[in-house]
Amino acid sequence: MKLRRRRLGDVTLALASGLAVALVLLIVVVILGDVVYHGAPHMTLGFLTQAPRDGMTAGGIFPAIFGTVALVVLMTLAVLPAGVATAIYLSEYANPGSRVTRMVRVAVNNLAGVPSIVFGLFGLGFFVQFVGAGIDRALYGGQRVFGQPALVWAALTMAVLTLPVVIVATEEALSAVPRELRLASAALGANRLQTIVRVVLPQALPGILTGAILAISRGAGEVAPILFTGVAYYLPKLPRSLHDQFMQLGYHVYVLSTQSPDVDATRPILYATVLVLLLLTFALNAAAVVVRSHMRRRFAGATS
Amino acid sequence: MQQRQCAKTAGRLAKLAIKGLAMATAMLAPLTAAAGEITVKGSDTMVILGQRWAEEYMRAHPSATIQVTGGGSGTGISALINGTTDVCQASRPMSAAEKEKLRDRYATTGVEIPVARDGLSVYVNASNPLAEITMDQLKLVFTGKVTNWKELGGPDAKIVVYSRENSSGTYVFFKEHVLKNADYTVRAQSMPGTAAVVNAVAKEKFGIGYGGAAYAKGIKLLKVKKDGDSAAIAPDEAHVKDGSYPLSRPLFFYLRNKPSGDVGSFVDWVLSGAGQAIVTKVGYYPLK
Amino acid sequence: MNMPSSSQQPTTRQPDQAILVGLAASTGTSQSPPPGPRTVQASDRKNHRRAQRPGLVSRRSGLNTLTELAIRVLAFTSIAAIILIFVFIGKEAWPLLHDSVIGREVTLAKMWFAQQWPGYDAPEHVWQPVSEFPKFAAWPLVVGTLKVTLVAMLVAVPLGVGAALFVSQYAGRRLREIVKPTIELLAGVPSVVLGFFALMVMASWLQQAFGLDSRLNALVAGVALSFAIIPVIFTVSEEAFGAVPRSYVEASTALGAARWQTIVRVVVPAAGPGLAAGIALGLGRAVGETMIVLMASGNAAILSANPADSARTVSATIAAELAEVVFGGAHYTVLFFLGVLLFAFTLVSNLLGEFAIGRMRRRLGGAG
Repeated sequence: MKLRRRRLGDVTLALASGLAVALVLLIVVVILGDVVYHGAPHMTLGFLTQAPRDGMTAGGIFPAIFGTVALVVLMTLAVLPAGVATAIYLSEYANPGSRVTRMVRVAVNNLAGVPSIVFGLFGLGFFVQFVGAGIDRALYGGQRVFGQPALVWAALTMAVLTLPVVIVATEEALSAVPRELRLASAALGANRLQTIVRVVLPQALPGILTGAILAISRGAGEVAPILFTGVAYYLPKLPRSLHDQFMQLGYHVYVLSTQSPDVDATRPILYATVLVLLLLTFALNAAAVVVRSHMRRRFAGATS
Repeated sequence: MQQRQCAKTAGRLAKLAIKGLAMATAMLAPLTAAAGEITVKGSDTMVILGQRWAEEYMRAHPSATIQVTGGGSGTGISALINGTTDVCQASRPMSAAEKEKLRDRYATTGVEIPVARDGLSVYVNASNPLAEITMDQLKLVFTGKVTNWKELGGPDAKIVVYSRENSSGTYVFFKEHVLKNADYTVRAQSMPGTAAVVNAVAKEKFGIGYGGAAYAKGIKLLKVKKDGDSAAIAPDEAHVKDGSYPLSRPLFFYLRNKPSGDVGSFVDWVLSGAGQAIVTKVGYYPLK
Repeated sequence: MNMPSSSQQPTTRQPDQAILVGLAASTGTSQSPPPGPRTVQASDRKNHRRAQRPGLVSRRSGLNTLTELAIRVLAFTSIAAIILIFVFIGKEAWPLLHDSVIGREVTLAKMWFAQQWPGYDAPEHVWQPVSEFPKFAAWPLVVGTLKVTLVAMLVAVPLGVGAALFVSQYAGRRLREIVKPTIELLAGVPSVVLGFFALMVMASWLQQAFGLDSRLNALVAGVALSFAIIPVIFTVSEEAFGAVPRSYVEASTALGAARWQTIVRVVVPAAGPGLAAGIALGLGRAVGETMIVLMASGNAAILSANPADSARTVSATIAAELAEVVFGGAHYTVLFFLGVLLFAFTLVSNLLGEFAIGRMRRRLGGAG
């Protein structure tokens, strides 16, 4: 009798947890399958390179792809130097026990969990209204140039959003570098900066790059922070300067899903846009994995 | 060896970053890029109209650049007050409080220009047996006092009410003219745009919603009776133009100052025959 | 949130004291600080610098200082930005508490207590900011958020923890290599895509399956939201299960427990803090999620316990209404106050999560 109870318990638990896995896998398959099934037929080269026409019911999504890439590039230019420098400062230069350092770490960790819409609030209130209007008053004599939603403000908002991710990833990468390497470098007479640049950073590079790529993929997909800081639904021209607005893939999906005037006509476009966005995000995530394993292999020999 | 390679890569990356920063700063340079570019923001009801106008106008005047965004009349009016748009599209008139705020910031109460007419329509699902509704019944439904279709002569089912977000001019217009300033029922679902309302009602058998006439596809438009005894009027061109449709309304452009320069020629074009022809093409009704 | 392992616990290697006093203390790495008086640090750095000077003064010292300066400037800028966010959001919400002009329209009390409005039979909580009498009741939004979050957690926790259990206790290597990347794939899906899927596909399907009144409701939004947080819960739970020492499992088996008894009575409780951490992280993410609820919940500010009703969450409210507010007005201030609420909630749940992870590490750090 005891044996039957054991078997029953074992089987039930295995089944229940196996069911959980099966359900999760099913969810992934259904979502991706639906998107690929409806979107792939419409995703032609023309779709990727043309601009939208006829009230979004025809044409392609090139401006949205361009806008997404421009946003991500600017965001990366802003967040990488700042994030890596902050992590280097926190882990190599700052007094590790000081209250300030600990407070900063707490702030960084908590910022990572803050909802993205709050960053949108910050971007609108601070960047657009305060900094932008200030720049207008100072440089353009009140003419409205930067005091409105613009590419630069959206990029900076996204940079602040992804800053904690980069900082944490870099700090973990830096702290994973064995102490012996730092000591050896110092013993050989290198000063702190040389140790960091020549010894620690190269070792930490895989982790840093992974963090950077994850931040980028998050930046490509997030919509809430850019809703008020720069994205637009239909623009006649591509953004040519930092104070222009831009189109973006995620926002395009949102508007087409909720506000398309002709659902049947735009459905294939909508699905194809979703597919492009997914491919972009997955490519970035895959790149992170590849970079991490490639560089790990390359530097595997350096440590003891 | 590996470290030298890494330093080289780091150096190359740094040079790339500096080049990128330089390019980005260069983009800051065009001071005159703002000139000649017209920003149009506001009513979601009018956004398809605004886009078509922009498309046609830019085709006729290749040097012009017009940027059209939706978000609701409230968004457009706020943008006008905040100074982030040239032209505001609104499907409702500006309120006294809003004109106050505009005057506080810009010492002007703005310029109101009617540019088209709309017949605010009531949407129901294509399978709904109802064909007409009175203004009073509309008010009861949207304030939540009537919750079942059978009270209106329909099937026994709960009415699913679709409304707009509170940034919408249509929301405000409907509230003032149908609800007589009473509040919407809390059960009214807020959709981000007219198209969203149409899509929702098209999929919801017992749904009801409202929005501009130009969006009506896949759903049924109800005829509206002013009260129990009047005729049921459909939101078509004749009835909207002569005002017999109870929910006819003008669609506006709002500007801070009298239109001049690039904005002026755009506004003149919109009011001309060419612009008004587009109004009909899109599905609204011209001024005359 | 695709962060690589969110722990901030330093590794527990204690550096050698002697070397510290001499040189290494000046590098100030993120490892646990050496025991001893603080003042050792400052003089260490000075000694270190003095030791460097003779013979090693390079032409590069100018570039050196410049680079170090650049690092400090960049670091301070980003730290300032981080602190600025907390400060700015608070500053924009502050007028709600004391400004008299705003106080005419809305006060903290008016937001949290039922108000008697003209045209209503009894005092009620109503959120209708654009109205003859603007109404800013916060409870419908908070309840809406909680409803959607609860549905999401009810779906995501069993699935996430169950899947993690299977992968760590039952799955072989090949199966693990299929399942883990697939779930990571789900983690990479942007929330706007999940919202799109909920709106276009799931809403109609769920309405037909359950015979619901409204197509867009808290249930649909909650289920779609759960897709977003399953990967978070899965990853942390899997790490928690993996950290349970083999010795626990072996001891339990040696005592005669069945496989399922070992798992349920030993492994799961041992991984408890880690599971709690994962749930806390998932909770924080669920509360703050915007796009999914904006698209799929119907956005009706209904104060009810029924998940089949539409709901309006705090984050969706901010997203939907921020575009139309006049800067500095009552509506604007209230939206920032809602932002502060979100902030505070995620802060608390993050702290709980970190606390739980810390406990997990300490608890299992000593055992075999």
